[in-house]
Amino acid sequence: MKPKLIVVGNGMAGMRTVEELLKLAPDLYDITVFGAEPHGNYNRILLSPVLAGEKTVDDIMLNTREWYARNGITLHAGDPVVKIDRPRRTVHSQSGVTIRYDRLLLATGSKPFIIPVPGHQLPGVIAFRDIHDVESMLAAARNHRHAVVIGGGLLGLEAANGLLRQGMDVTVLHKNSGLMERQLDMPAGELLKAALERKGLRILLNADTAEITGTDRVTALRLKDGREVAADLVVMTAGVRPNIELARSAGLQCDRAIVVDDTLQSFDPRIYAVGECVQHRQALFGLVAPIWDQARVCAIHLAGFGHSRYVQRATATKLKVTGVDLYSAGDFIGDVDSEDLVLRDPRRGIYKRLVLKDNRVIGAVLYGDVKDGPWYFGMIQERTDIASLRSRLLFGQAYCEPRAA
Amino acid sequence: MTLPAPLSATATTATTCPYCGVGCGVKASVHPDGQVGVAGDASHGSNHGKLCVKGSALGETVDLHGRLLYPKMDGQRVSWDTALDRVAGGLRRIIDEHGPDAVALYVSGQLLTEDYYVANKLMKGYVGTANIDTNSRLCMSSAVAGHKRAFGEDLVPVCYEDLEQADLVVLVGSNTAWCHPILFQRIAKAKEARPHMKLVVVDPRRTATCELADLHLPARGGTDVWLFNGLLSFLHQRGVVDTALVEQHTAGLARTLAIADETAGDLSSVVRACGIAEAELLEFYELFARTEKAITAFSMGVNQSSAGTDKVNSIINCHLLTGRIGKPGMGPFSITGQPNAMGGREVGGLANMLAAHMDLDNADHRDIVQSFWGSPHIADRPGLKAVDLFRAVEAGKVKAVWIMATNPVVSLPDADQVKRALAKCELVICSDIIEKTDTNAYAHVLLPALGWGEKDGTVTNSERRISRQRKFLAAPGEARGDWDIICDVARRMGYGGFDFDGPHRIFDEHARLSAFRNEGSRCFDLGGLVGLGRAGFDSLQPVQWPVPHSPRPLAGEGLGERVSVNLGRSGSASSTDTLSPTPLPQAGEGTKRLFEDGRYFHADGKAHFVPTPVRAPAHAASEQFPLVLNTGRVRDQWHTMTRTGKSPKLADHVPEPFVDMHPQDALACGVRAGELARVSTQWGSLVARVQLGGGIPRGSVFVPIHWNAQFASDARVGSLVNPVVDPVSGEPEFKHTPVRVEEFRVLWHGFVLSRQELQLESATWWTRIQGRQFLRYEIAGRDQAMDRGAWARQLLGAHDPQADWIEYEDRRSGVYRAALVVGDRIECCVFMSSRPDLPSRAWLASLFVKDQLEEGDRIGLMVGEPAEKSVDTGPTICSCFGVGRNTICAAILEKNLKTPAEITGCLKAGGNCGSCVPELRKLLKELQIVDSSF
Repeated sequence: MKPKLIVVGNGMAGMRTVEELLKLAPDLYDITVFGAEPHGNYNRILLSPVLAGEKTVDDIMLNTREWYARNGITLHAGDPVVKIDRPRRTVHSQSGVTIRYDRLLLATGSKPFIIPVPGHQLPGVIAFRDIHDVESMLAAARNHRHAVVIGGGLLGLEAANGLLRQGMDVTVLHKNSGLMERQLDMPAGELLKAALERKGLRILLNADTAEITGTDRVTALRLKDGREVAADLVVMTAGVRPNIELARSAGLQCDRAIVVDDTLQSFDPRIYAVGECVQHRQALFGLVAPIWDQARVCAIHLAGFGHSRYVQRATATKLKVTGVDLYSAGDFIGDVDSEDLVLRDPRRGIYKRLVLKDNRVIGAVLYGDVKDGPWYFGMIQERTDIASLRSRLLFGQAYCEPRAA
Repeated sequence: MTLPAPLSATATTATTCPYCGVGCGVKASVHPDGQVGVAGDASHGSNHGKLCVKGSALGETVDLHGRLLYPKMDGQRVSWDTALDRVAGGLRRIIDEHGPDAVALYVSGQLLTEDYYVANKLMKGYVGTANIDTNSRLCMSSAVAGHKRAFGEDLVPVCYEDLEQADLVVLVGSNTAWCHPILFQRIAKAKEARPHMKLVVVDPRRTATCELADLHLPARGGTDVWLFNGLLSFLHQRGVVDTALVEQHTAGLARTLAIADETAGDLSSVVRACGIAEAELLEFYELFARTEKAITAFSMGVNQSSAGTDKVNSIINCHLLTGRIGKPGMGPFSITGQPNAMGGREVGGLANMLAAHMDLDNADHRDIVQSFWGSPHIADRPGLKAVDLFRAVEAGKVKAVWIMATNPVVSLPDADQVKRALAKCELVICSDIIEKTDTNAYAHVLLPALGWGEKDGTVTNSERRISRQRKFLAAPGEARGDWDIICDVARRMGYGGFDFDGPHRIFDEHARLSAFRNEGSRCFDLGGLVGLGRAGFDSLQPVQWPVPHSPRPLAGEGLGERVSVNLGRSGSASSTDTLSPTPLPQAGEGTKRLFEDGRYFHADGKAHFVPTPVRAPAHAASEQFPLVLNTGRVRDQWHTMTRTGKSPKLADHVPEPFVDMHPQDALACGVRAGELARVSTQWGSLVARVQLGGGIPRGSVFVPIHWNAQFASDARVGSLVNPVVDPVSGEPEFKHTPVRVEEFRVLWHGFVLSRQELQLESATWWTRIQGRQFLRYEIAGRDQAMDRGAWARQLLGAHDPQADWIEYEDRRSGVYRAALVVGDRIECCVFMSSRPDLPSRAWLASLFVKDQLEEGDRIGLMVGEPAEKSVDTGPTICSCFGVGRNTICAAILEKNLKTPAEITGCLKAGGNCGSCVPELRKLLKELQIVDSSF
């Protein structure tokens, strides 16, 4: 009898690990997958285009139920695991399924952070995490006028753009003084704000929500500075929290998330974890690229080829808002030892910034002209020595390639 | 840009170039759009239709930008009456209180002969002082003194044709290729036609002129007397002596020879003194000895020396000994620097001359001049020469000085002394065409004069050829001719004798004076040009003096070669005035060559050998100032750049002030090519970019004379030059000042291209270069901490936060770049860096002529390069056709070009003015070396 691998979480991280594992050792495990959502596996990153009406749910499905069947995987969709019994090596689902495991893979992801202001439980206050949320927003857009998005990060702006595209009057509330501060520096944030305002979004910065009001549904939102904003729909995109209650209750070592080593193994050698629920060398993860790396390394270890380590690498982000070209990668904030190359051409809506350290690119923010993004990202990852290119680097690949004599 | 108004919409006017002493004929016309077009005058005997790059660019210098258009007093515009009353009243009061020697005129080889004549007349005949000196003192007074000592009069024996007919041309201290390009081209062409013709260049620098030379003798600066004493001794030892001429027509050989033998009688002493190889020295001596048709042409390298007059005589001595004078293709030849240095000499515009080649210390001459003028006084002792004049101003002895058409704060040695002097002077009057100059800053009264194209009169070039400068542009503002201003002041001072109604009247008086009581006693005689009248003057064709009224009495073997001159081409298109059909005066005759009859102008009728003891330059290099400063011109600039500095075309060749030095000296001084250096002497200092041009011998440095406070923060080489003068001529030693070169530390380098003029006080160092529709500023600074973005916005006036301001910053590298775009056009851009590795200005400059920037240009603006891959043509070599070095090199290699002519065939480069041909030749040579090494 094959050893049993239980995967908790039917999201992108877990299923990518399974796919990698199947490539390496298709017949090694008897695999069972539990998922909270009642679907097959889909590409969560593409929910924004679905909301914006640019893609359909079918377009973003990754693995259909047939795929699970074809690969001999047992899928329990819509049935989350509620308990892990480590001494007995069993998991227990909400519906009462109990299965013993030889290896357990936790890929429980994260959940949106709902700011606990008064009124946060009112109908019409939602997050932006899954297909259900998208459906709620699309429904609201059909019947309501005023949408408020709390959180001007990557996700919030994509949500706001989607709602705008669905015909709503959208206000984005952002606690900080610049949009997308995790991906953009202030000047780029200002360019982005201006561009989004031109598209029709209303953006309030330094906006701290005091209270959400309404009786049977949200009707308005009040800020700490007293301003009031009409709201039929409030979307909270103010960050996520790793889903670690299950792991913690099983006594696994957790900090801000499930602590794993370079092989993605938790403190329990039988239990691995990948994705947004893990903490690796102090870092948490939200973007897809590092998670793909984790999946590959974890699969190697699950397959028994213990020769690979997960190494954190720089990440790159593109904002999926049509008409806004934005690319950010790596450590674009830098520190006292880093150096900046900056280009500003506000009239053309172009802002570019590269962060250098020890003659290497460690971060990039491109706004308005992103065509060299991948090239810089490659340099970040390869740790290319750019000393000889420095004077031309920011002007792009075309200026840096050897010229004909 | 304001363009001057033409006098006539269609006419082409024959006039004369206002730059060097070659005196080329120019055909000028005003196009319907107001631009002035110029071309060489094919009928002019000095240039036969050719023009150098400076002459070709004259049209770019006549706009009214920066012109002084109205009289000003203490910075305020005033009427002519007010200004001239102040001048006349001020001079009158000072003369009355302190005597005539308390006033002085400092004039210029840029003046026309007629201006010069009345200025001289005013001072020497009416004020009663010889305190009138000229900037010609700085360039050829040693030649004048040498001529007078040898020939008894300031006479240039030869003409340009002699350079072409010679079998040996020796150029001494003359970068003819750059400073007298048309003469050089005539030599080059002759050499091409007659390949056996030899060219020897004596110059401590390996200049562009050397590219054509068969032999370059890099004699150490200030050692020419050794070289030519040695030659004299050598010739005598070899028996190369024209005994007949020496015996019948000269005096003083024995003593002269004794000195020569004593100082340079054997080759080794010359080799030691001059620092040249014995083999090369011998080659030169033997070449000279065996070549009958030899001409020795010399310029500032000879004249600007504390032994300048002796240098001139040491050269002339060799020609007298061998009888190589007064015959075609031979003779000593002073090539003058300025367009009318000769004219000034003719009228006596130097403190130690009287007028019409007559002498102050000759009572007969004084009587001739005074009785001719009918003047109340006649100066009877020499006045103050340039350097002494400004010392006397500082000492308070001279209390009023009137400076005309020259810029002594830039051009005199120890020029900071001139500043001090002018600052203390009671009354400083400046007549000029440009309002802001280093000198005009000290003027109490500024008088607007007419410039080239506006003024009317004559000039005389190096071969004694009198040519007309004719006006073809209307007088701008209230500007007036210098002669007119001087005469007006003279009348206001109560003097008669200044009621001229035009330059033709002055010329006529000048011609009559030259003939007055002459009877062949004075060579300078314009008797044949008397009575031309206005029409005859206007249509005067170029003619070489003397032009006696009737053929001179025979004396000796024969007549000088005479040239018939048509004095009145009726209906000629060369004048814009309507020519009167009235009968014109009879044809006079000019004189190509002097001394053909063996007659000289000392009292004894002989030429004099002048003993020339050797002496080293006044100040030797020392531990503190270990190198020797040499100064001179660059190809495409003129004097203090008031005119050539306006031309984008002329700015391309050498855009910045530089110090050229030997690489090993640079290493020893701790300075590097392309970076800034402080160059200091005991008298002053400047900052310039280091250049290792390859032509400078160890131990010396070269700095150009042109740059000044209008064009750079700190580049006036005059302030460094030792105020040492030749004891005979009073000409300063510009070519030899002990100097120190040190690193000039700056923390950032940069440049700005801007359509507007900028105030750059906040930069540590700057220089301004005229471009096409923009000004280029090279800048450097020491303030590391400043916010460069804020500084640049402030400097360039981009205060509006909504301005279309593109910027790039690499703060750690100290790199900041920004550009301001206004209505799709580039307005300005700035590039700054901690290192001097700034991008090429060439492509950025090309954006300023575009009405609209293209998409790719905007990013290119921050790189300094076009987005698409285009060829960098390199620094401009041929200014006329704008052909760059890289283009030329590529063509040479690709098409295997062998000669400058082939390059011209391919690229046009060198095909217009030909000034760059030496550089083309150098490139050909360099590339051949590269080829053979593979």
